[in-house]
Amino acid sequence: MKITDMTALQLAEAIRAGQTTAVEAAEAMLANIEARDKRYNCYVTVDAEGALAQARDVQAKIEAGELTGALAGVPVAIKDNMCTEGLLTTCSSRILYNFVPPYTAEAVLNLKKAGAVILGKTNMDEFAMGSTTETSAYGVTRNPWDTERVPGGSSGGSAAAVAAGECFCALGSDTGGSIRQPAAYCGTVGMKPTYGTVSRYGLIAYGSSLDQIGPLTRDVADCAAVLTAIASHDEKDSTSIAREDTDFTSALLDDVKGMRIGVPNDYFGDGLDGGVKEAVLAAAKALEEKGAVVEHFDLSLVEYAIPAYYTIAAAEASSNLERFDGIKYGYRAKEYAGLHNMYKKSRSEGFGEEVKRRIMLGSFVLSSGYYDAYYLKALRVKALIKKAFDDAFGKYDVILGPVAPTTAPRLGESLADPIKMYLGDIYTIAVNLAGLPAISLPCGRDENGLPIGLQLIGDCFQEKKLIRTAYTYEKIRGAFPAAVKEVG
Amino acid sequence: MAREYETVIGLEVHVELATKTKIFCGCSTAFGAEPNTQICPVCTGMPGSLPVLNRQVLEYAIAVGLATDCEIARYAKFDRKNYFYPDNPQNYQISQLYLPICRNGGVEIQTADGGVKKVGIHEIHMEEDAGKLIHDEWGDCSLVDYNRSGVPLIEIVSEPDMRSAEEVIAYLEKLRLIIQYLGASDCKLQEGSMRADVNLSVREIGTREFGTRTEMKNLNSFKAISRAIEGETERQIDLLESGEKVIQETRRWDDAKGESYAMRSKEDAQDYRYFPDPDLVPIAVSDEMLEEIRAKQPEFRTEKRKRYREEFGIPDYDIEIITASKYMADLFEAAAAICGQPKKVSNWLMGETLRLMKEREVEAEDLRFSPENLAKLITLTDAGTINSSVAKEVFEAMFEENADPEKYVEEKGLKNVNDEGALRKTVEEVIAANPQSVADYRGGKEKAIGFLVGQTMKAMKGKADPAAVNRMLKELL
Repeated sequence: MKITDMTALQLAEAIRAGQTTAVEAAEAMLANIEARDKRYNCYVTVDAEGALAQARDVQAKIEAGELTGALAGVPVAIKDNMCTEGLLTTCSSRILYNFVPPYTAEAVLNLKKAGAVILGKTNMDEFAMGSTTETSAYGVTRNPWDTERVPGGSSGGSAAAVAAGECFCALGSDTGGSIRQPAAYCGTVGMKPTYGTVSRYGLIAYGSSLDQIGPLTRDVADCAAVLTAIASHDEKDSTSIAREDTDFTSALLDDVKGMRIGVPNDYFGDGLDGGVKEAVLAAAKALEEKGAVVEHFDLSLVEYAIPAYYTIAAAEASSNLERFDGIKYGYRAKEYAGLHNMYKKSRSEGFGEEVKRRIMLGSFVLSSGYYDAYYLKALRVKALIKKAFDDAFGKYDVILGPVAPTTAPRLGESLADPIKMYLGDIYTIAVNLAGLPAISLPCGRDENGLPIGLQLIGDCFQEKKLIRTAYTYEKIRGAFPAAVKEVG
Repeated sequence: MAREYETVIGLEVHVELATKTKIFCGCSTAFGAEPNTQICPVCTGMPGSLPVLNRQVLEYAIAVGLATDCEIARYAKFDRKNYFYPDNPQNYQISQLYLPICRNGGVEIQTADGGVKKVGIHEIHMEEDAGKLIHDEWGDCSLVDYNRSGVPLIEIVSEPDMRSAEEVIAYLEKLRLIIQYLGASDCKLQEGSMRADVNLSVREIGTREFGTRTEMKNLNSFKAISRAIEGETERQIDLLESGEKVIQETRRWDDAKGESYAMRSKEDAQDYRYFPDPDLVPIAVSDEMLEEIRAKQPEFRTEKRKRYREEFGIPDYDIEIITASKYMADLFEAAAAICGQPKKVSNWLMGETLRLMKEREVEAEDLRFSPENLAKLITLTDAGTINSSVAKEVFEAMFEENADPEKYVEEKGLKNVNDEGALRKTVEEVIAANPQSVADYRGGKEKAIGFLVGQTMKAMKGKADPAAVNRMLKELL
């Protein structure tokens, strides 16, 4: 088996066994990137030199017995909205075209401590606003299954890099589905943990109360291993939670006997593609045959999730993005007359259309006279949605449904109609509003051969139930084909 | 008949808290460091950085709330106040609008007629300070120093309960004293660790409704506050008398000119788009925490007065003055503990210290001499090593630069001459040189000896103990 075809855990095992080295693994991945990334554009920045230096360091530590973790020596990719000391971090925005952070995000530090080697920074929708990775200032990322299609977003670069064999695994961030949806479109596993499980320190905020970092991987075992590595209680993040049950690999059990699975009728209504529906229901059936108890139910309130989400996320984003003003770092307009003109021109030129749309939307819903009618009402909807899930988890261990209404759309289709694009987030968004964990994994392909994603949602802190159910389903399903067969 | 007006004043007082580190990060709050040396990703608004509340800030805010009779919120939140300005690195200030930590308090002040009046406190909230802009007047740019960015503040918002400059000063002095006694801030107006904005309106006496108010900023001393209140009252009355209207606006006081200027009117008021900061979890104040802070509350002025009376036996007048400043009271107690002479310490504070403070316009908080040195000075005088006029000279050096009295006396050669032989020789010479005074004394004019003492002191360049001179003179005469 070629090392680049291995999963992250297989690679680390091979390195530990002396069959290969961290340096060879990094070199092989950098060669793949060199050969393929012109085509897919998964990366904004590739740090070949830095990656090889890290790999040599990690290899020495492995040989000295100082690094024994499950991911030691594995080359990984990081979404470009996580700060990396000394390495360009752009959020795929022109406004941060030259921003080199003075510090590294906690989740990335945790991954490095586990011995992972950072290959580079992956492309994304600008400031994580978008569902296609087309709003990047650094070009679109193409879906490795079909280069005329989008990889999804906003963590499209990370998902595509995993699918294209340009990294073993990657970190993404999920505010309204930004890990799960690109994972579904690219045929990879992606997980959004319970809010507060992974530190947000160093993650450049979009919607602070919704953002959560998580893994994008080739299979469920890798997903559990990466989540185990990055989860931590961080004093620097007030919303970080001290959890003791963070050995997620202990949940890799091929057994769902007695697992109560709820299938919400609301997730199978109008707008859901027939092929997606069929594949997702087939997955439910397969789990039922393995001993899970599957029941259909009404979750309710699903249609209110989208307006509530776009109100809250845009409100927070409008404030979070105020710091990008051309004064301290990042893009500043070349010519301006006075302070306010400098702000205006730097921001007008530095931000893209979708980001400006959400800043305006967010500023509007927070402005005096509208705050109660929009922002406060959205918070009340959020609380009701959480309650609807609480009720559901009184009956079920896991909620099962699709990740997205369709498989990956063609390039250019979504941005033409932003409202339609927003509606595409319908199955993922409620999870963020309620702070829940959810995993996305491939459950088949449509008539065009495009991957279909299965979503499993758990109650807060119940990642292990999701990993166990996903792992069991993965065993039933069998190996999922690779997107890229040949070095192209 | 001329209409009579009354002034209605409410205050917004910002107080910089005396924490060692900033409100949301671990950077030092020390004053006067090189620009941008006490900064980190959090207080410079770096992308991805997150605030974490300094617990000491919360404790100080609660302590001030308890000492000013406020209700302490059991559930409070931080909100973001959004506005663009370069001294504010995130372009939002983390403050409290919807659920502040303290509400509905008040303090009692003495009024001019000797009565007692309550000034209500509407709320106290916590917030972060901004950085400092430095405008380079000969260049085409401004620079920003973020050392102050994230320094913790509390804002104490009063009710519009004050009616004169005197009441405002009494209220501010009361607040300052309480906060100093708590150790929550040094409250120096000149250095900006206490800043007051004055909201003022006038109305005809007997009217129920408030007039249109203005907000006055840039008030750096009690004197400036008094002058600004008088100036603004006059300006508003003049407007009304000439049939014009007061415009609701923010004005800036120029103390040198004794005038104020409009900064921005209500129409230009920004929409700050306040909303709860999602990066900070709500604050839950438990019973235990409240009890802990209550138990740590220091001895306030009333208790101190009582204790000074019982423990030190110094006059009430002295007690009033010494306890009027926490700094002075601490100085007094420390020096008294070292030298064991509370009355003498009090005498130095009431006498020379007050005299020099007045002469040099120095506030108690800015006194430089240490209690150790004051105690040493008292010990030197008691032991007869120096006489009282030398002691005054030494004290001035202490007042200026905290000189060590022992070293100072040694270096300047100010010790009393205790050489019996030398004294006898000088006294004999003085007696020989002043036959008239000697004759007067011997003739029964007791006072004449004073002249002879003075002559001896002069001959010995002040370095003799006057009592010893007196004794020697009497013996030889």
